[in-house]
Amino acid sequence: MGKHVLLIEDEPNIIEAISFILSRDGWKVDTHSNGHDAVGVVHDKAPDMIILDVMLPGKNGFEILRELRAAPQTADLPVLMLTARGQLKDREMAEKYGASQFMTKPFSNAEVLAAVRALVAK
Amino acid sequence: MSVVNILVLVCFAYAALLFLVAFGAERAAHRGRSNWLRSPMVYTLSLSIYCTAWTFYGAVGYAARSGLEYLTIYIGPTLVMVGWWWVVRKMVRIGRSQRITSVADLISSRYGKSSLLAVFVTVMAVIGTTPYIALQLQSVTLSFAAFASVEPNSTAFENSQITALWVAVGLALFTILFGTRNLDANERHHGVVMAIALEAVVKLIALIAVGIFVVWGVGGGIEQTLARIDASEIGTWQVQGDRWAGLIFLSAAAFLTLPRMFQVLVVENENEGHLRTAAWAFPTYLMLMSLFVVPIAVVGLDLLPAGSNPDLYVLTVPLSEGQTGLAMLSLLGGFSSATSMVIVASIALSTMVSNHIVIPLWLRYSGGGAAMSGDVRNVVLLARRVSIAVILALGYLYYRMSGGGTALAAIGLVSFAGVAQFLPAMLGGIFWRGATRSGALAGLSVGFVVWAYALMLPSFGTGMVIPETVFLEGPFGIEWLRPQALFGIDGMDPLIHAVLWSMCLNTGAFILVSLLSFPSPIERLQGAQFVHVFQHSDAPQSWTGGVARSEELMIMAQRILGSSEALSLFQTEAARQGLAGYLPEPSPDFLQRLERELSGSVGAATAHAMIGQIVGGATVSVEDLMAVADETAQMMEYSSQLEAKSTELTRTARQLRAVNEKLTQISVQKDAFLSQVSHELRTPMTSIRAFSEILRDTKGITAAEQSKYSSIIHDEAIRLTRLLDDLLDLSVLESGRVTLNVQDVPLDEILQRAIASSGVGNLEIKLSGRDNSGTIVLRTDPDRLAQVFINLIANAQKYCDAKTPVLRIILHLKPAGKGEQMILDFVDNGSGIATDAQAVIFEKFSRIGEQNAPGAGLGLAICREILARLGGAITYLPGQGGAAFRVSLPLKPVNDLHL
Repeated sequence: MGKHVLLIEDEPNIIEAISFILSRDGWKVDTHSNGHDAVGVVHDKAPDMIILDVMLPGKNGFEILRELRAAPQTADLPVLMLTARGQLKDREMAEKYGASQFMTKPFSNAEVLAAVRALVAK
Repeated sequence: MSVVNILVLVCFAYAALLFLVAFGAERAAHRGRSNWLRSPMVYTLSLSIYCTAWTFYGAVGYAARSGLEYLTIYIGPTLVMVGWWWVVRKMVRIGRSQRITSVADLISSRYGKSSLLAVFVTVMAVIGTTPYIALQLQSVTLSFAAFASVEPNSTAFENSQITALWVAVGLALFTILFGTRNLDANERHHGVVMAIALEAVVKLIALIAVGIFVVWGVGGGIEQTLARIDASEIGTWQVQGDRWAGLIFLSAAAFLTLPRMFQVLVVENENEGHLRTAAWAFPTYLMLMSLFVVPIAVVGLDLLPAGSNPDLYVLTVPLSEGQTGLAMLSLLGGFSSATSMVIVASIALSTMVSNHIVIPLWLRYSGGGAAMSGDVRNVVLLARRVSIAVILALGYLYYRMSGGGTALAAIGLVSFAGVAQFLPAMLGGIFWRGATRSGALAGLSVGFVVWAYALMLPSFGTGMVIPETVFLEGPFGIEWLRPQALFGIDGMDPLIHAVLWSMCLNTGAFILVSLLSFPSPIERLQGAQFVHVFQHSDAPQSWTGGVARSEELMIMAQRILGSSEALSLFQTEAARQGLAGYLPEPSPDFLQRLERELSGSVGAATAHAMIGQIVGGATVSVEDLMAVADETAQMMEYSSQLEAKSTELTRTARQLRAVNEKLTQISVQKDAFLSQVSHELRTPMTSIRAFSEILRDTKGITAAEQSKYSSIIHDEAIRLTRLLDDLLDLSVLESGRVTLNVQDVPLDEILQRAIASSGVGNLEIKLSGRDNSGTIVLRTDPDRLAQVFINLIANAQKYCDAKTPVLRIILHLKPAGKGEQMILDFVDNGSGIATDAQAVIFEKFSRIGEQNAPGAGLGLAICREILARLGGAITYLPGQGGAAFRVSLPLKPVNDLHL
């Protein structure tokens, strides 16, 4: 049984693409597509890592990350952040709130896969 | 009736006339009918008190003894009035704005309202003037005696001292009666001024009459008289340059500093404008007075026996020719000269003595403060009256003691030199801010000591006061201190010698000590007000209010100004402050004004002290002084310039801040926009890349997956293209460089085209108020308007969440403003747009809610821009059930479509 990844992303096509890639690599992929209850979903599903988009309806990715880092059980959870805004400021914000890794869309599938593997292997 | 008796009668009648004139003028002034009293000619004539008996009788004597030198006495004042009238104008302005009552008041007021200086100047003025008053008494008695001497066996006027006593008493009475009617010296003495103006006319007429008689009656015409002059000694006397210069300076200085001249020139001045008239009229008067001096002197020398007193030629020449009537007129002229001088001088001196010596002493020793003690008004009046009597008594005593032996002119010049000592402190005070009280005191003391030692005491005669050995060998054998050869300068004219040294040392000490000493705050305050009197119309504040109680101030003011005047002053101030009743707040401003009013009655130093007593010692706060005292006019100007600059800078800074804020805002908006664009572009690109990599790299991908992913790539590519199109469209619209293709098109046609080109899907469209006939023709860009309609229909398709979505399109026409408007409402039956979101739906990228519907949120922004270009508008219509947009366009389009 592969490790468990939770993908929090609102763009259906991107969800489909990432799910496809990770599933083929043997990961168990759960998806969630809004920011409101994302933190609760993370606690419920207790994934081995999450992939988190920044621009989410309801609550943005940085906010979610901050809340995750504040809770003891998710303080060390590996988080790969994805953003389409691609500005330096976003990278700084991600570092500040404690993202494990930060990637800009569009990404290469191989990179995402490698990052997920590396983060969970640690 | 003997000539002498007639003379006495005439003199009494003349005196009675003067009383009447003075009385009439007072009454007229009191009733307010004093316009004619305020004529510049009366002012000019009153200045003629400069021509005393010394000038009237003495000038002829002077000419008989020293030739044309007598002219210097007229040239000095002429130069002042013609060339230095601006000095006089400044003095008059200061006198008025500071309510100055005398020379002593001017100097003390300028140097920090110093009591010491006031007393000093007063004493010096009394010392300097007493001989002069004695001189007038002497001239009157001499003239009476001269009259009596032609009367054989007459014993009248034999006792000249008795005559002098009666004259002194009479003058004292007149002066007290008309000189102390008003307490406030700034309320002018109309009666006195009018009387002396009349006397001025009388003495001029008298002198000219004698002159005409001498030239045409005795001398035998102009040519013969001129020939006589050429033949006489007078014509051959050499002009001594240094003596002339010295005398001209001396008379000019005395014209400004003599207490009586200050009285008529400054205190009695009604109107600064009078100076303009006086500037030419007074020199003319002096010229007329001097016109016949030489002929009278020459004829007198010819006609009268050697040894007769040339000072009396004006009188004795007509008498010797048997012209008793003319002689009597001449005597009246001399009488006028003497009396007018004595009256004004004693008024001026009594004001000084009472204000600066008697009242302060009385205030100190009467056992109470100004507010507690009795009626100051009466005390002041009494003090003035007593002072007048005392001053005349002093004059009489001096006359008795000196025995009337000295030549008249000599006493006059000694007196001139004495009061000229005020000049440096006075001029320095009104033109030099650096002048200090210590400097003024030093200069005055040094000047006076030198004057007394080198001129006044020796004038009593060698050996009279100063022993003869001192003249020859100096005091204690110190040769360079010989009274008439100071510092070893020997052989000079004693008068010029004394004037030179006293004025030089006086001025030197004044300047030196002023430079070395530091002025007190109040001195600097006063200095600024005096020197910059033309710039400062209002006095800066020096009293700090609040401490004084208005009632106490009122009581004090009533005692000095009188009840009604004090009450009206207080009422006016209370009204100005907007208070009911008659007690104003003791604001610094009011205290300042009150002090000025009081100083008109009792002098600056005393008024300052009196208010100080009530206000409580702390007359000037440090803050006030810091604020005011250091402000020279330049500093004030500089500071106002700085203030203007600073205002300008503040304004510029504010503008810069506003621009900066705007730029920041624009920059933030631009960042947000770029961030949005980046997101909207990267999202489809992400899908395209991810799926194309999957298609490329994944082995064993199913045909269904392959087909699905290919179509995702395709759709995302189209989305990307549309987004780019929208962005470009919007940027063109926003930049205003859009090209409109304006045509006349029926509205219905555009609407139908829009509906047809939006694949309607399951959306039902209901048109109401449709204009089937196509009569509504719009002049507009049909493609752009259709784009708006398509966007709105597309939004309804995308976002209307009703089960059976319906879009109603309602047309109505509305007359409004300049022209008719076409209004088209697009209303769907969905749940509408939340109130807080309504405000932002027309902004770029403002996709609201969580819809995952395609579109970057640029549609409504584009609609808004298009309608703006077409001269219309799009708004959200709240409260229609579903989402509702209203498009409005003018039917008769205005010409300025943004083409």
